[in-house]
Formats: sequence, C-alpha cells, structure tokens
Amino acid sequence: MTDQVLKVQKIKNGIVIDHIPCGMALKVLKILGIEGDIGSTVTLAMHVKSKNGWKDVVKIEDRYLDERELDKIALIAPTATVNIVKDYKVVTKHRVKVPDVVKGIVKCMNPRCITNQNEPIEPEFKVVSKDKIIIKCRYCGREMDSEDIVENIL
Amino acid sequence: MFKGKDIVSIRDLREEEMEKIFEIARDMIPIAKGEKREEYLRGYVLANLFFEPSTRTRMSFEAAMDRLGGKVLGFSNPSATSISKGETLADTIRMFDAYSDVIVIRHPLEGAARLAADFAEHPVINAGDGAGQHPTQTLLDIFTIVQEFGHVDGLKITLMGDLRYGRTVHSLAIALSYLDADVHLLSPRTLKMPKHIIREMKREPEIHERLEDVIEDTDVFYVTRIQKERFPDPTEYMKVAGSYSITKEHVKKMKDRAIIMHPLPRVNEIDPEVDYTPHARYFKQAFYGVPIRMAILALVLGVIE
Ligand SMILES: Nc1ncnc2c1ncn2[C@@H]1O[C@H](COP(=O)(O)OP(=O)(O)O)[C@@H](O)[C@H]1O
Ligand SMILES: [Zn+2]
Repeated sequence: MTDQVLKVQKIKNGIVIDHIPCGMALKVLKILGIEGDIGSTVTLAMHVKSKNGWKDVVKIEDRYLDERELDKIALIAPTATVNIVKDYKVVTKHRVKVPDVVKGIVKCMNPRCITNQNEPIEPEFKVVSKDKIIIKCRYCGREMDSEDIVENIL
Repeated sequence: MFKGKDIVSIRDLREEEMEKIFEIARDMIPIAKGEKREEYLRGYVLANLFFEPSTRTRMSFEAAMDRLGGKVLGFSNPSATSISKGETLADTIRMFDAYSDVIVIRHPLEGAARLAADFAEHPVINAGDGAGQHPTQTLLDIFTIVQEFGHVDGLKITLMGDLRYGRTVHSLAIALSYLDADVHLLSPRTLKMPKHIIREMKREPEIHERLEDVIEDTDVFYVTRIQKERFPDPTEYMKVAGSYSITKEHVKKMKDRAIIMHPLPRVNEIDPEVDYTPHARYFKQAFYGVPIRMAILALVLGVIE
C-alpha cells in the first residue's frame, strides 16, 4: 500500500505529529500557537486512512516540541505520536503520554475559580479520565473535557 | 490521624473519619450547652477569616472555640481590612497563619480554601467557598440524621427546594449517596440539581417535581430556601415557592418518625406552625453546628485523638 500522506510533501527537518484523532488537527495547531504564517511549511492532513481507522496528521518544518507542548498535545490528542525528522528520516518517535496531573498549561474555565485571580499559584488539574480526556481543577473541582481544554490552553 | 489535617472538602474525609468526628461531637454536646466545662483549647488561637458575610457559621465557630477555652481573632468584613487593598489571598493567609493555630475561611470564590490550605502551615477549615464546598455544614447535617436514626444507609432522604443554587445540598447529596442513603430530589424544573453533581453521586438519585410523590415515605426532608431573585416574575415565584414549602397539612401525611431539616435561614418554606410538631429538627440541627465544630477543632489541633 502506498503512503498517501507521504505523497503530499516530504519535510527535511521538523516534526510529524501522527495518529491525531480525527478532527483534532486544527486544535493541535492552535495549541502550538500556529494560527497564521509561521514562515515555514506546515502540512495538515485530515481524515486520512491509517492501519486501524482514520486519523489526522500534522507536519511542521523546522519546529521541535518541548515537554510542555508534548503534554498539551497529549491532553487533546492522547493517541498521537510525535516523530522527529532529520534529513528526511524519522530519527525518534515518541507516543505522547497523558500525565496524571496537569500543572500550569491549562487555566480553569470557571471564572469564579480562585486560580483565575491574581494569586501566586499555577492552575492544577487531576486527570480523572484518560481515554476520553477529562481533567478536574484541584481548587474548584470543575471538570473540563478536551474541547474546554483547547479553549483554555495557556 | 487528624492532627494538622485540612478540612477543605467533604471528600477529604473517609467514612471512619466522619464517624470519629461524630463520636467526639457527642461528647462535646454537654460542653456546647454549657452544662459542663472543659478547656481543651486553652491557649489556642483560631483565625476566623470571613471574606463574605455569614452569621451562623461564623458565630458557631466562635462559640465552639470559646466553649473550649480558646481565643478567636479575625474579621467578618474584609472591606475594613488591608485585604480590600489588593493584597493576595495567599499573603493574607500567610499572615494569619503566623498569628494563629488554625484557620477558618469563608470566601466568595471557589477553591479559595484549597489555596489557603496550600499556603498555611496550620490546618485550614473551609467554611464555604462560593458555590463550592461547605464541609462543616455537611457534617452537621449528617450528624443530625445519625443522632436521630443511628445510621444513614437505607434512609429515604428527600432534598427539596432550590437544588441548583443552594450550596449546602450539593456536597450533602454526594456525601449521602456514599453513605448509601436513598436520595430523592424534589425541585422546580428551573432549579434542578446540576448534572455534574449527580454525576459525582454514587447512585443515581430519583427525581420528583411534586411533594405528594414523596411525602408519605420519606424519612428525612431536607428543605432549602427558594430565593425570590431567581424568578423574574413575582407571581411565578409565589406559585413555585408555595408548592415546595411544608405546612401542618403536609406533616399529617408524613411517617411518624420523619424529620424536617433546614440549613436556615428559613423564610416561608416551613410554616412556623410546623416548629411545634415532633418532626421539626432545624433548630436542633443548627445547635449541632457547635459540637461538630468543637470536635473538628479539637481533632485538627491534636488535643483529642
Ligand atoms: N520526511 C518526512 N516528511 C514528512 N512526513 C514524514 C517523513 N518521514 C516520515 N513521515 C511521516 O511520519 C509518520 C511516521 O513515520 P514512520 O515512522 O515511517 O511510520 P509509522 O509511524 O506509521 O510506522 C508517517 O505518517 C509518515 O508518513
Ligand atoms: Zn478551578
């Protein structure tokens, strides 16, 4: 079988975020802060065939991810793998890991939550469900799903 | 196991811990009534920080501390303090933590007590944070039921009135479900229990809209106030409020041993005539706030084990 994604475009150096749940690719770009022209090639494929069903794929030239960004992706695309491409080849591949505790990367959606005041604390959530992501604010107890998370990413 | 413990949410307490609090609270009853003198908390200072007005809760903590020989400092009007000058809650807490042995906090914002517990070295007791938790109220509510029936499991408990905004009913509903009570909810359609609370309950509660459906076999009626402000139309309010209030006529249909509770203040959800029937427990319930808070203070301060 030919790889339909590869047909689109090869990148020299950068990342391929693969196995994103269908429909979440734009949200992945959003949480990485890619909303306009970033000056390098970004390829997006939605609803492409994979071994077991359908997926979205995002490829970004000359961009790498730090831990924080990996955690953010894990929260909205827990099935994703991040491939690092150097000189046209995948050199490392890691599956994102949904953490047990989410600290400082999402703000609480509850406007009445103390974490939304000017207090010297980082918002903190417990991950209460990992297959369908749900996080719960350690302070006010509000639960948020991946839609809510995208809207409140820091 | 209690010394230094924060009481922020009712979920912080396991069933054995609740039972321990109740056991100590029972011993505190004569002291709370002033029939017996004990100064377990002599030399201890409580910081009573009320960022939002409250009469009952604030005074019952004061009474609890006084009865046990301790001292209370604090405020009930933050606008008169430096807090309104933009000081962070974290700083206010650090300061009072240095002046006291235990902190009680009431705050309009959700999660404020958890934040206080993060910054204080001493134990923090949540006395209500916005629409959030109010664990000492939940404990005194459950204690009232236990004192009456000896247990909670299997009792048919109907929470009625404003289940949407009434903060005491949220944590109570969850706690009762974990204690295996048969929880029933009765409210006007616009003031239903929020879905996220129902999701947190151990068992799905039964939902009703008419008092008649539960009047005959409920063991505990937990009545809450329906606020006028929730209704744009005053005639609609009158109609709704009328069908969720308890009169002497209703009382006649109740089980002999059924009790009526209310977190107070009540307006007209319970007819004053009901006060003199053997079913009324709301004043006793309010009194239990003192021994429950005495027990919690003595336990978290480690003077009783
Ligand atoms: N140089 C490249 N440019 C763009 N995409 C690439 C490149 N190399 C690999 N990919 C894509 O990265 C993903 C992971 O690649 P690979 O490790 O070969 O496959 P898989 O994870 O399916 O076993 C695939 O979607 C593949 O199409
Ligand atoms: Zn929150």
